[in-house]
Amino acid sequence: MVLKNHILIKNKLILVGLVLCFFSCKDNFHLNKIEGSRLEINSQIKEDSLINNFMEPYRLNVNKNLDSVLAFSIDTYSKNDGELNTAIGNLMADAVFKEANPIFKSKTQESIDFVLLNHGGIRSILPKGPVTTRSAYQLMPFENSVVVAKLKGIVVKELVNYLQYAKRAHPISGLTIKLDKDSQLLEAKIHGEIINDDHYYNVATNDYLYNGGDNMSFFQKSDTLHILNYKIRNVLIDYFSKNDTIRPMIDQRFIRIN
Amino acid sequence: MRRRDFLRQSSASATLLSLSSLSLTSFVPETDSRQITILHTNDVHSHIDAFGPESGRNSNKGGVARRASLIQSLREQNPNTLLLDAGDIFQGTPYFNYYGGELEFKLMSMLKYDLATIGNHDFDNGIEGLYKQLPHANFEFVSANYDFSKTVMNEHVKPYKIFKKNGIKIGVFGLGIELNGLVLKKQYKETVYRDPIEISQDMSRILKEDEQCDLIICLSHLGHYYKKDPNKISDVVLARATKHIDLIIGGHTHTFLKKPIIEKNILGENVLINQVGCYGLYMGKIDFFFDSNKSKKVRGTTILV
Repeated sequence: MVLKNHILIKNKLILVGLVLCFFSCKDNFHLNKIEGSRLEINSQIKEDSLINNFMEPYRLNVNKNLDSVLAFSIDTYSKNDGELNTAIGNLMADAVFKEANPIFKSKTQESIDFVLLNHGGIRSILPKGPVTTRSAYQLMPFENSVVVAKLKGIVVKELVNYLQYAKRAHPISGLTIKLDKDSQLLEAKIHGEIINDDHYYNVATNDYLYNGGDNMSFFQKSDTLHILNYKIRNVLIDYFSKNDTIRPMIDQRFIRIN
Repeated sequence: MRRRDFLRQSSASATLLSLSSLSLTSFVPETDSRQITILHTNDVHSHIDAFGPESGRNSNKGGVARRASLIQSLREQNPNTLLLDAGDIFQGTPYFNYYGGELEFKLMSMLKYDLATIGNHDFDNGIEGLYKQLPHANFEFVSANYDFSKTVMNEHVKPYKIFKKNGIKIGVFGLGIELNGLVLKKQYKETVYRDPIEISQDMSRILKEDEQCDLIICLSHLGHYYKKDPNKISDVVLARATKHIDLIIGGHTHTFLKKPIIEKNILGENVLINQVGCYGLYMGKIDFFFDSNKSKKVRGTTILV
């Protein structure tokens, strides 16, 4: 039984807790002192050669697979090329639409209406030349997966509002947005149709954004969520495997009319 | 001085006075002292190779081969060491995609892990995917709140395991996170999630009262703490609501704690909670020093973190 419990802060790094305790618990051993620390695993620690040798064949095999060519990119694409939409972002959003929609359909008998990803989620360039599995890992090293959130039209308008003010080329597919020269909204359409406040739309995104990443708080207003268990990276690998030539373009999906 | 007042009021002992005014080690009596070292990782997520130089804050950190030699040297310093993992061993590098967790389990066996619990990502190839890799693991799994009885994992996961190191009895039990909403049902199948607090109350009773453990450790994949949802079960919530647990080793939230935090349990006793981020960038080390001096009626535990 604890009678008193007293903690003194000796300095910023040392916290001393004194537990005065009647010895009613056990009489074999008494816990006298606890020391806790965190050890960084860094390059100053020598590698265990036995472990390294054991890993080597696995490493070689994985690297060989990672470097196997899936497609060919006709140019180098960067997320910095383009103002409100980029070729590489369009590629990723379109790939999510194409690859995830059949899975979503088979689960729900419904279709994805549009896709929204985030500009920050494009983690590298896609260089001109061979596109490999490694390219997909570099573009998307994170484990984020596709989720489909059902959003009411009125909430989709909040999403459009977010994009309007974010002024970043967040990748979209299936949604088109036109702003005027002062960045005021001229038009927002989903597959060519004006957004209906009371209509429900299936919006594909990733679990990071769904959970409020990049302040996309509108996703929290969704009524239904479908977890497809399909990683964005695997979307890319599947897309690259099915398309020999990668030739994405900047288009009219999100533009400012000057 | 408040500290003096405290000591005057307390009828404790002179030993405590020397503790607060002199060096901390002076408290360790000359009698039989025994040290148990707990080394732990969490959320390694298949990070087998060290990060390269262009990896931001992770640059040049991590790597199983380095962790192996560090563990070996620490074991040489104190053979009474336990090496534990708090789950999410799987998923995060192509090694998992290509080998399904085989390499992770083989390496952990070579590093002589003693015990692990199961994280949500360990279901990523389905419960069969986890089961399939079990032959590669020379260590055991504990989970007290996942009921696997209607799954292939039945009898392959125990609620707890007891270790005896240098005469010290250490009870370690496992806790997993709610799977519904996090993992697809088709992956976790008939695994039943049970309330972690209720289960921990049973565990602490069994380990403390029935098994008479000297040290009780919870290996948790519940997550450290959810600020936006403070009532959601987490290591911090668990610590406050239970008793007899000395240490909670956490995972799931990839929380980088520079040092263990101290919470009060339901009896007002200290509970240590630790978590070392993710990807094998760090390893936690917690040393417990016991003595067998029976003469004193009033005892103290010094926590140095």
